[in-house]
Amino acid sequence: MPLNLDTYLGIQPDALEVYSQRAEVLAANLANADTPGYLARDIDFRAALAAAGQDQDATASAGGELQPETTSPLDVNASSPGNDVSTEQYLKYRVPLAPSLDGNTVDSQMEESAFAQNNVRYEASLTFLEDRFSDLTTAITG
Amino acid sequence: MALSNIFNIAGSGMSAESVRLNTVASNLANADSVSNTPGSAYKARYPVFQALQSSPGAGGDPAAAADASVMVRGIVESTTPGTASYDPGNPLADASGYVYSSNVNVVEQMADMISASRSYQNDADVLNTSKQLMLDTLKLGQS
Repeated sequence: MPLNLDTYLGIQPDALEVYSQRAEVLAANLANADTPGYLARDIDFRAALAAAGQDQDATASAGGELQPETTSPLDVNASSPGNDVSTEQYLKYRVPLAPSLDGNTVDSQMEESAFAQNNVRYEASLTFLEDRFSDLTTAITG
Repeated sequence: MALSNIFNIAGSGMSAESVRLNTVASNLANADSVSNTPGSAYKARYPVFQALQSSPGAGGDPAAAADASVMVRGIVESTTPGTASYDPGNPLADASGYVYSSNVNVVEQMADMISASRSYQNDADVLNTSKQLMLDTLKLGQS
């Protein structure tokens, strides 16, 4: 039975992608903490990750055997890259706790803690991936 | 890749905040400047920040783009009238003995300075953390 690396790694690569996009959105919020009228945003993580997972399921159900129409992002001929997780449609505006008079809804403390939390989860996903790879290395080298 | 965009975003934030710190420094330095006419007195300066989307978002809606860096739209001068004080001994005094001082509010400038430096620190922290995440990602599978 051939090993499908995508299914072997599970949801972690998709999670990494969504985490990194969320980090970008939170960084934009923090950078615009003093911009008048800027509305803070965040990613609907559950929906974004579910969409990423569906992409992955589609890749997996495309067949366990090697197929020419692989959806690897390295394949230049891939028509629909499975790992291209676009989270822009999952962007939501934050409900402000205390909007300021200039219309800015960024709460630096909230964004800062969300950013830290997001980073810890990113690191956790990295650790899971690391374990997966070291398992694979053990299986190969014995 | 999304993480590398953070360098642009946080960098633009730091650049904007340093412009703000510059105006604060200029305002504080000129807080005690006087002039012989109300019009030529120093006016406090403030930068105007604006969010800047570098890429069109989903469906061409710029608000849907994930990245929003900051740009300094321009510098505006405060329109608050300055104070006139009677100081006939001052060589800059006008015919009736008044000098016109700047409209800089020192307390407000100090608060502005702290706000700018906090925001700058936040951006620098974001930059540092993202760099660390990218380095960790690069080291994936090497240990």
